[in-house]
Amino acid sequence: MSTTKTTLGRRSFLKNVSLAGGGLVIGFSWLASCKEAPEAKAMGIEMPKEWFELNGFLKIGDNGIVTIMSPNPEIGQNVKTSMPMLVAEELDIDWANVIVEQAPLNTDIFTRQVAGGSQSIRASWEPMRKAGATARQMLKQAAADTWEVPVSEIKTKEGVLIHEASGKKASYGEMASKAATLEVPEEVVLKEKANFSIIGTSKKNVDGKKIVTGQPLYGIDTQREGMKIAMIVQPPAFGMQLKSIDDTEAKKMPGITNVLVIDAYVDDQKIGFFDQAAFPKMAVVVGDTTWQVMQAKKALNVTWEMAPEYAKEISAFGRTFNVKRPVGLENTNDHIKAMQQVNSQKITLARKDGNPEKAFKNADRVIERSYSCPFLAHNTMEPMNFFANVTNDKAELMGPIQTPEAMEHSISERLDMPLENIDIKMTRMGGGFGRRLYGHFLVEAAVISKEIGAPVKLQYSREDDMTNGVYRPAYYATYKAALDVNNNLIGFHVIAGGIPESPLAANRFPAGAIDNYLAETWSIDSNITTGAFRAPRSNFIAGAEQSFLDELAEEMGKDPFDLRLELLEKAKNNPVGENNDYDAARYAGVLELVRKTSNWDSDTSKNRGVSAYFCHNSYVAQVLDLEIENNQPKIKDVYCAVDCGIVVNPDAATNLVEGGIVDGIGHAMYSSLTFKDGKPDQKNFDTYRLIRHNEAPENIKVDFVQSDTDPTGLGEPPFPPIMGAVANALYKATGTRHYHQPFMGSQEFKG
Amino acid sequence: MATYNLKINGKKHQVDVDESTPLLWVLRDHLGMVGTKFGCGVAQCGACTVHIDGNATRSCVTPVSVASEYTITTIEGISENGDHPVQKAWIEHDVPQCGYCQAGQIMSATALLKNNPSPTDEDIDNAMSGNICRCGTYTRIKKAIKTASNTNLS
Ligand code: FES
Ligand code: FES
Repeated sequence: MSTTKTTLGRRSFLKNVSLAGGGLVIGFSWLASCKEAPEAKAMGIEMPKEWFELNGFLKIGDNGIVTIMSPNPEIGQNVKTSMPMLVAEELDIDWANVIVEQAPLNTDIFTRQVAGGSQSIRASWEPMRKAGATARQMLKQAAADTWEVPVSEIKTKEGVLIHEASGKKASYGEMASKAATLEVPEEVVLKEKANFSIIGTSKKNVDGKKIVTGQPLYGIDTQREGMKIAMIVQPPAFGMQLKSIDDTEAKKMPGITNVLVIDAYVDDQKIGFFDQAAFPKMAVVVGDTTWQVMQAKKALNVTWEMAPEYAKEISAFGRTFNVKRPVGLENTNDHIKAMQQVNSQKITLARKDGNPEKAFKNADRVIERSYSCPFLAHNTMEPMNFFANVTNDKAELMGPIQTPEAMEHSISERLDMPLENIDIKMTRMGGGFGRRLYGHFLVEAAVISKEIGAPVKLQYSREDDMTNGVYRPAYYATYKAALDVNNNLIGFHVIAGGIPESPLAANRFPAGAIDNYLAETWSIDSNITTGAFRAPRSNFIAGAEQSFLDELAEEMGKDPFDLRLELLEKAKNNPVGENNDYDAARYAGVLELVRKTSNWDSDTSKNRGVSAYFCHNSYVAQVLDLEIENNQPKIKDVYCAVDCGIVVNPDAATNLVEGGIVDGIGHAMYSSLTFKDGKPDQKNFDTYRLIRHNEAPENIKVDFVQSDTDPTGLGEPPFPPIMGAVANALYKATGTRHYHQPFMGSQEFKG
Repeated sequence: MATYNLKINGKKHQVDVDESTPLLWVLRDHLGMVGTKFGCGVAQCGACTVHIDGNATRSCVTPVSVASEYTITTIEGISENGDHPVQKAWIEHDVPQCGYCQAGQIMSATALLKNNPSPTDEDIDNAMSGNICRCGTYTRIKKAIKTASNTNLS
C-alpha cells in the first residue's frame, strides 16, 4: 500500500466543514491556496473558509447518498462521469448511490477547471482520488471513535463501515456528521491499482437519461424571466470592421427592443490568451424571441470599412505571444501560393542532428513530397451562445465555456468589476473541440446585458458561428528523405509552416530515430483568426508525416509497419539527440498491437493503410480499410490500438476513440473553409461538409494497451493519425497518393 | 401575428406568433420545450428533428402555420418515462458524447423504425444521413438502431 500526503505544503490541501444539515463535506483543490474566501468569514464559521475556495467537493447525506461535484467543463469527453469515478473509487461507495453535479467555478484559487489539452483525467488523477480517500479515512475514524475500537480494524465496503470482530456496521450516512467534526488526516492511503473496483469498469454517461429525453442541459436551453435574445451582426469579411449602422427599419420590426453597437474589447484593455476575437466591434439586435431577432438582423443597414493593422502582445503561460493581423482581404488562392513560396525561403531552424546537408549531398536518391490542409471551422453542433445578467455590481453568466476561469478575468477586466462579483455557471456543452476555449461571446453577452439593463441570451446563428473565425490554421509541409544505394535512410528533412502558425513538433518521431535530421519552421501572418482545434498542429502534421513514411516504406521496399518499428527500435536503443519527447517502446507497442488486431500480416488483399502518432501523452496506432464503390471511397473497418495508461471508463473511452476516428476521417476527406476577398465561402452545412452517417466506417475496433501507468489524454490523440491512415489506404485503393486535404476535393473523386 | 393551435405530444397549445415563425422557435422560445435543438436553421443538420404526423421533419424550416395542421411529437413526447425502445437502446450503447445532436438522431431513428421495423444498413444510412454528429457517434447510433429494431415497437 502506498501512503500519500493529503497536503501540498501544510496549508490545507483538504479541509472539511460541517454542513448546516449535518453530514461531511470534503473539498479538494488541485493547487493549495492560502487565500481566504470572504463568504466564509461572513458566516463566522471556524474552518470553512476553504469550502468556498474549493473547486470541487463531495457531500455525504445522512441517507448515505453521495454527491460528487465534477469540477471540469463537459464538452462530450465524459469528464462529468469519469472524474467523479476517481473520487468514488477511493471513497469506496456503490456507484449507484452517487449523484454527480457540475461544480461551480471558483477563481480565488487557480484551479484547472478547463476542458482542453486532453488533460482533465491526467491532472485530476491524484487529487480526485485523494479527496475520496480522505473522506473514507475520516468516516473510518468516526466509526472507530463511536465503537471504541482501533481504526485499523475498520473496513469499508460500498458505503458501509464494518467492524468484523464486534459485528458492528454503519452506513457512511450514519457516520457523516461525526466524521465532519474530525481533523483532516495529513496522510491517506490510496488503493492499490489491482484493487480498483470502479476505475476500469464501464459506467454510463451520468447525463445519458437527460440527453435522450431532451431535458434542458445546454447553455442554449437557458431561459429566464424577462430574458431577451441578442444576436450579432459582424463584418462580412476578415479584414473589415464596423463603421456605422442605420437601425431605422430594424427597430420597427416586431419584438425588437434594442439595436446597439458594442465593443466586446476596448483598446486599453488587457487581453488574455483566450480573448481571441475576430470582430471586437459588432452590431447587436435584441428582442423578445430568436426568430424576431433573426428577421430584424436582415433589416439592419450596416456600413463596413477596412480594418487597420492590429498588433497586440499577450503574456500567457510564461511566454509572450505577438498577435499580428495585417491589413487586407485575403484569398485562399493567394494563401496556397504564399505557403509554397515561403516554404522554400523564409525558414527557421528548429532542430538539427548529425550532418543532414552531407547526407542529402551523398544521397543516391532523394524523395520529396509536400502536403497541405485548409482552414477548418470547429462547428460544434451547439452554436456559440451565452446567458448574461449584469447589474451595477454583479455579473451572472451561464453557458458553454471551456475556460471559465480565464473568462472570469476577461469579464472582470472589461466590466471593471471585482472577480468575486462575477459568477459563471458551466453548462453541458454541445461540443467544444477547442472553439469554446475562446470566450469572446461570453464577454459580448455581458456587455450587451449591461448596456440594455436586462438578462440576455446571446445566440449565434450557424452562419455567425462559422464565419466568426478562431479556425484551425491552414498548414503546409514538405518532407525529404535521403536514401543511399542500398536503400538505407541516411537523412530526413522536414520544413513545415502555416497561416498563421507552424504545425511542426521538431522533437517528435521520427526525430531521435535518424542520424541526420533537420527540421525547419515558418509562418505567415493573417487577419483570419485561428485557435486550437482538436489536437492542434498534430491534426495536420501527423497525417502528413505518416503519409510520407508510407511512401518512403514503399520506395525502400519495406512493409510500412516494419519501417516504423525499425526506426522506433533505433530510437529506443540508440536515440539520436536528447529532446525526443516520446517513449519509443510505447509507440512500438501500439503499432504491434494493431498489427495483430487487424491481421495485417495475413489480410494482404485489403486496401489498407496504417498510421500512428503520439500526442497529449498518449500513443495511438490505426489500420483503416476501404473500398471504392461507385467511384467513391467507402470506409470499411478501422482497427485502433491506444496506450493512454490506465483506462478509467472503458466503454466511454472507446466511444471517444471511435468519435475521434470518425471526426478525423471526416475532416481529412470532406471539410474545408476557403476565402474570397476575406469572406468565407462556406457559411452553413449546405456548403461546409462534415462527415455524415453513411460515410462513417462500418466497424471500428478499439483496443487499449493494458497498462499500470497513470492515465493520459484521450480526447485528442485518436484524431490526428487517422488522416494518415485514410491517405495510405486511398493510395492502396486508387494507386494515387493524396497529399492535399480534403482528399475528396481532388479531381479523382469529383469526377 | 396570428393565433395558432398546436397539438404537441398529445396536448393542445396556443401561441400568438408571426405565421413565418418556424416550429423550432415556437417550441423553444414560446413553449419552453428546449429538447428540440437548433443547429443550422436550414434543414442541413437534423438537430431540430420532430415528428409531424409521424414523419421525421426539420422543425427549423417548418412554419408554425403549416405545423398547426398536424400532430406534432417532440423528443419530450416519444415516451412517458424515457423508456421508448430507441431511448433505451441509446442508453444501452451509451451513444451520446456531447449529446447535443442526439435528440434529433433519436427522432429520426424512431420515425425510421416506426415505418420500417427491421431496417437494413442501407435503410439506416438513408434515414440517418441528414443528422450530423460532430462528435462522430455514427457507429454507435447504427448499433443502437439495430438493438431497438429487434424490440417491439408500439
Ligand atoms: S437546425 Fe434544423 S436541420 Fe439543422
Ligand atoms: S454527440 Fe456531440 S454532436 Fe453528436
